[in-house]
Amino acid sequence: MIDTENLTKKFGNLTAVDQLSIHVEEGEVFGFLGPNGAGKTTTVRMLCCLISKTSGEASIAGYDVDKEADSIKIRKLIGYVPDNVGLYDELSAYDNLDFYGKLYDCTEAQRKENIQRLLTMLGLWEKKDVAAGTFSKGMRQKLAIARSLVHDPQVLFMDEPTANLDPEASKTVRDFILDLKKEKRTIFLNTHNLDEAKRICDRIAILNTKLMAVGTPEELERSISGKKTEIQLDQVNDAIIATLKRLPLGNIAADGNKLIINVTNPEKENPIIVNAIVRAGGHIQSVIVVGSTLEDAYLKLVKQIK
Amino acid sequence: MRLLKSWIIASKDFKVFFKKKNIIYSIFIVPLIVSILFPAVVEFAWHRNGASGIPGSVLTILLPAFTFFYLILAGMIPTTIASYSIVGEKVEKSLEPLLATPTTDGEILFGKGISAFLPPIASILGGAVLYMVLMDLITYATLGYYFFPNWNTGIVLFLLVPLAVVMSVEWNVIISARVSDVRVAQQVGVLLMLPFGGIYVAGELGLINLGVASNLLIITGILLIIDVLLLYVAKATFRREEILTKWK
Repeated sequence: MIDTENLTKKFGNLTAVDQLSIHVEEGEVFGFLGPNGAGKTTTVRMLCCLISKTSGEASIAGYDVDKEADSIKIRKLIGYVPDNVGLYDELSAYDNLDFYGKLYDCTEAQRKENIQRLLTMLGLWEKKDVAAGTFSKGMRQKLAIARSLVHDPQVLFMDEPTANLDPEASKTVRDFILDLKKEKRTIFLNTHNLDEAKRICDRIAILNTKLMAVGTPEELERSISGKKTEIQLDQVNDAIIATLKRLPLGNIAADGNKLIINVTNPEKENPIIVNAIVRAGGHIQSVIVVGSTLEDAYLKLVKQIK
Repeated sequence: MRLLKSWIIASKDFKVFFKKKNIIYSIFIVPLIVSILFPAVVEFAWHRNGASGIPGSVLTILLPAFTFFYLILAGMIPTTIASYSIVGEKVEKSLEPLLATPTTDGEILFGKGISAFLPPIASILGGAVLYMVLMDLITYATLGYYFFPNWNTGIVLFLLVPLAVVMSVEWNVIISARVSDVRVAQQVGVLLMLPFGGIYVAGELGLINLGVASNLLIITGILLIIDVLLLYVAKATFRREEILTKWK
């Protein structure tokens, strides 16, 4: 549904997005993770035909984002929730959505049906005649999401949809995205909320100007950071650490009387580690294998580029 | 270009404007005041001069000059509405979702143009009609005929005023790219009334005879050329990528 090949955007000498190649399947929820300034919004803007690419290729449902004739077709296919909601504060919730429905060529009957359905789903139907300017942040965000769906798009681009929302409003928005997932819509979600990405997304790409990694949340957790063995001792001393450092292991860190060792194959490596500690005179209290998190993977990849 | 799309955008703008009372006041109150004030001045002067009133020869110079004041209003009034229409949307960040809809830059620009053109033109022409009726009632006794309507006034109201409103709208689109505050946009936008004020003063000083149709048509031609040039610049300014990446 969404394809890019070496997609690049430069602003003067600054490269905002560098040779990005991704493929998003129809019905997939695709998370786009990255720090501020990683090029996430720039990528979404290019895919939504809002700004031009410098080089490379990008298409939505086979339509080329760079062709003027295709760009109108793409905009009909997609819904867009920008990071700033950008509502018309003086207009009611209903009028905000109705205006966009008209721009998307929806008939009056379609507009009425879709607006009622969306506002009801998002718990805003009772407030349909209230000016959007009086809404709370969470309500405004929900209204912006409803606006992006008023024409029933196949593809939805969301730029930080839960940023600056309180936990309750964030959960409502997340649950709504999960409902959309059940409707088999393709969702491209820009976020730097790792927990949100893990809960919602089928696959995640980590971007820091360049594409750092792409995969399911589990794949990223496994393949990028591996696992950790945490060994609680009655006392950690230099002899134990020196002994362990002679072994072909990953990073070894001491946290009080706990050793945290990066391992790739704990079943094979842990017996060797335990044996080495005992030989060095250590007294082991417990051994725990901890899987690395998406956060570990993310931080590791983002640090690499720095 | 699909005119319906532009009309949808303009209709939305009208809805927003009618909820902002300060916009309504600034668009409709000023022409109304001017339209009552000038006849009131003539009426006051007529009473002060007693039975002699204002001589007909003076009135025939004064009335076209007063009419020309509507051209100054045409350069000033659209600023309020155009600044809210474009800079207001920029400040409220509502341009980006609008640009993501299946509308072309030209359709959005034309829609913004309609919404910034129609209310001022309606207000100015409405005020001008009131002015002409009141002036005719006041001056009939002196002149012995109804001074308005006449061809020169027709040129001013139906050629010069619309062209000046268009110029003001285009000028506001151009400055919208450079400012990020509605009030600053209005302050810069209103500078456009200065050349029109200059023409008015030149007319009063006798440097240009604004009562001659040929002179008015020359000014019309100059305005038309400037409008076309400004349209070119405004279109180049109002492009999706420029708005999202370069506008302040």
